[in-house]
Amino acid sequence: MIVPRQKLTFWERLYLPALWGGLRITANHFFRTAVQGKAVTMEYPEQRWVVPPGYRGAPYLVKDQDGHTKCVSCQLCEFVCPPKAIRIVPPGPEGQAADRPNAEKMPREFEINMLRCIFCGFCQEVCPEEAIFLMKDYSFTAESREELLYNKEKLLALGGVHQDTIQKWKQKQVEADAQETFPVARS
Amino acid sequence: MQQLTETQQWLLFSAVKIAVVFGVVMFFVAYAVLVERKVSAFIQDRVGPNRTVPPFIDAIPVLGRFLKRLGIFQPMADGLKFLLKEDFTPDYVRKVYFWLAPAITAIPAFLTLAVIPFGSQLGRQPMVIADLNVGILYTFGIVSLGVYGIVLAGWASNSKYPFLGGIRSSAQLISYEIAMGMSVVPVFMLVGDLNLSKVIAYQSGSAFDWMLFKQPIAFAIFMVAAFAETNRLPFDLPESETELVGGYHTEYSSMKFALFFLGEYANMIASSAMMVTLFLGGWTPLWGGTPASTIWGGLVHIGWFLAKMIALMVVFIWVRWMLPRFRYDQLMDLGWRVFIPMALVNILITAVVLFIRH
Repeated sequence: MIVPRQKLTFWERLYLPALWGGLRITANHFFRTAVQGKAVTMEYPEQRWVVPPGYRGAPYLVKDQDGHTKCVSCQLCEFVCPPKAIRIVPPGPEGQAADRPNAEKMPREFEINMLRCIFCGFCQEVCPEEAIFLMKDYSFTAESREELLYNKEKLLALGGVHQDTIQKWKQKQVEADAQETFPVARS
Repeated sequence: MQQLTETQQWLLFSAVKIAVVFGVVMFFVAYAVLVERKVSAFIQDRVGPNRTVPPFIDAIPVLGRFLKRLGIFQPMADGLKFLLKEDFTPDYVRKVYFWLAPAITAIPAFLTLAVIPFGSQLGRQPMVIADLNVGILYTFGIVSLGVYGIVLAGWASNSKYPFLGGIRSSAQLISYEIAMGMSVVPVFMLVGDLNLSKVIAYQSGSAFDWMLFKQPIAFAIFMVAAFAETNRLPFDLPESETELVGGYHTEYSSMKFALFFLGEYANMIASSAMMVTLFLGGWTPLWGGTPASTIWGGLVHIGWFLAKMIALMVVFIWVRWMLPRFRYDQLMDLGWRVFIPMALVNILITAVVLFIRH
């Protein structure tokens, strides 16, 4: 397609309309920002961006309502993690039992290397326990690389308590308890 | 003071004036950078530098916060940064010229200021470092030396983009120097003298005696040429970071780069001062003026000069965001085919008017 070049009038070729237009626009913006203080920028460390729901920030571990670790160290997230940022040390055969009833194990150590994490969300997708979630955090800074290796305590503290509506293991417990007292009415 | 001979007094006062003018110009360069950053930020709906503050100022309740937001301390941080950064000289450059070029760019800008009358009188001292009878010729002679630094930098960098920048700069400066020189001829035809103090004396009646109103076309040409000479947008083709990755100063770092920067801003100050002297009545206030008899009067006149100069500096900064950069052929076209004929016609008209009047 060929766009025909417009013939400029003499007034336009004097360059003055362009000058005037430029002056007007820049003066408007100057006035708006300098006098009325309507800068469009966000002053970052003080003002923070509110991320929309569903934002994929940093993955943290969560606890359930009763304050128990949800992770059962199944290591699926470690396996699926594309940049291999997650490292889980399972408790082993003689290891510590889970800190909540009816769950088998809990991780001895759970580590996410935030330098490697690409916030892809695979760990959240794959987790059968809904124990790891991508939260809204998007800015971490540290003064050394070691500081960015988040261990289990830190991840749990950052993740906080998750208000789980399903409460899978609690339901299992209820079901199991119900099985102990076998329902009599079997018509 | 009384024991000193005439010559000794002259030497003393000249030294003081040079020191003060140099100090003031350095201060202006530093703060022109800040103003540039702030004004640019405001025009682009940003906030601009508002972080730098020494801790003891930050502790002052309201004022500290205000000064911090204003970015008053940014130039100091910038200066410190320039001193502390690594001064890297690439292997392939022509070392001697590479080191020489920044200085050659910065020096002429300062030399120009020697002939500019920045005030009337302070006591009995005329407020001009060198009251030359050929002031304007000296200025044009010196200003055009600035291009050597840029061309040398472009060549000594031994790399393609800086070289293109240097070439462009030389072509641009040569063409606009002609337009600039011709544009001021009518001014001196009216004044009848090349001495810059006389030019101001001619304009000292009232604001309507300013050359701006008597020679508007000359002022317009001079101003545009000044933009081209100082490599400011929309004529910043020698550096044009979008095409030439910085042009002639691509290979420069830290203090050497800062010297180019300083040279550019000193040039802006010098050409603003020149425009104020030639077209805006110099140190004369709006309602005309005679050389001051008291110290305070002298200071007020210097204040007027600085105020006009600062206003022009703001225009320099402002225009940057008003117009897109010229294409190179358009730039040359404008210089040779528009401004030079315009300046010639202007000279002719002025001559005819003068001839009829007398």
